[in-house]
Amino acid sequence: MDPVVLFFILGLFAKLAKSDLRLPDALYETLSIFLLLAIGLKGGVELAKVPFASVAVQAGAVVLMGFMLPLPAFAILRGLGRLTRADAASIAAHYGSVSVVTFAVASAYLTKREISYEAHMPLLVALLETPAIVTGILLARLGALGSVRWGEVAHEVLLGKSVVLLLGGLGIGALVGPAGIVPIKLVFIDMFKGVLALFLLEMGLVAGGRLADLRRAGVFLVAFGMVVPVLFAGVGTVIARLVGLSDGGTILLATMAASASYIAAPTAMRIAVPEANPALSIGAALGVTFPFNITLGIPLYLHLADALRF
Amino acid sequence: MQTHARKLLVIICEAALEKTLIEDARRLGAAGYTIADVRGGGRGGIREGAWEADRSIEMKLICDATVAELLAAHVLERYGEHYALTLYLDDVKVLRPEKF
Repeated sequence: MDPVVLFFILGLFAKLAKSDLRLPDALYETLSIFLLLAIGLKGGVELAKVPFASVAVQAGAVVLMGFMLPLPAFAILRGLGRLTRADAASIAAHYGSVSVVTFAVASAYLTKREISYEAHMPLLVALLETPAIVTGILLARLGALGSVRWGEVAHEVLLGKSVVLLLGGLGIGALVGPAGIVPIKLVFIDMFKGVLALFLLEMGLVAGGRLADLRRAGVFLVAFGMVVPVLFAGVGTVIARLVGLSDGGTILLATMAASASYIAAPTAMRIAVPEANPALSIGAALGVTFPFNITLGIPLYLHLADALRF
Repeated sequence: MQTHARKLLVIICEAALEKTLIEDARRLGAAGYTIADVRGGGRGGIREGAWEADRSIEMKLICDATVAELLAAHVLERYGEHYALTLYLDDVKVLRPEKF
């Protein structure tokens, strides 16, 4: 098992065993800023080499996928889960959007297995972040669209830190190129895996704290948090194959589709759909889907990519 | 030393509300505010401030009684139902009344 996953398990254990281990808030902030910038920079350096047309097609497909993914999730949550419209829409938005850290774990997994992937994948991550949130808000507010403070929501998701740092890193990487990145390579490229491990320790602590929410949420949401990611990974795999991504790129897109947001979506949905219970969406996204994806999901999506070729 | 009576309004809530609360405060006539990151727990659960959606803030405003009560009523009415929210008023004495 990858050491970063073991760090996650250590954090989870520490939380469940009621250890006094607690990472300072400022460290969490610093690490997450580092990860977002590093992911962006790494992609940006290679971005200039990629033909624009192929990226544009993939980008369009990913944005479309982002808008559509919440729809089946919403239908399942309403139909099978009997959740309120607001709760179903909010959870659907979380699952349609993307978790950057899950992406980081998947890319580390591929690097370890020497499976190459398209360098511009971080761009697709940034693009996948927002559309599902828009769909989620629309689903929650059908019939009362005037009541949504769209300006505020747009500012929150389009200028939220994850989008700014990912796109900013991509831009800086693309501007300076491989030679320009050398002076900061030690910090942003070479230290990446270690920082990711430390961040996952914190994620373990956070996820462990959400398990109490799940007891309230019930069996349905726990099952939802493991079944829907696999279905969405299937959708991601098919789309990746259709737009001609490599094996590595396909596994990453599947992972992105399978992952659930816990940074951009919670903040946006809290503002736009306050009556939705955040314990449900965050409990499922962080308590079930994130651990599921980084332990069982990613290896499964590798097999999925192998099985689905055309 | 001459002091002047004012109201202290303290709002403890989810960090997601920070921007709108500042707007509300300005619009309803508060001259200034102080915000700090805090953590705590209540009937709705524990908010540890461990990551973005788990953060809470404490907002302090000193203003005259009319503004403080207007703002408190507005915040309670608009956010009270769906957000983790605690607020209270207290009497304070200030030295420079023109500041508040």
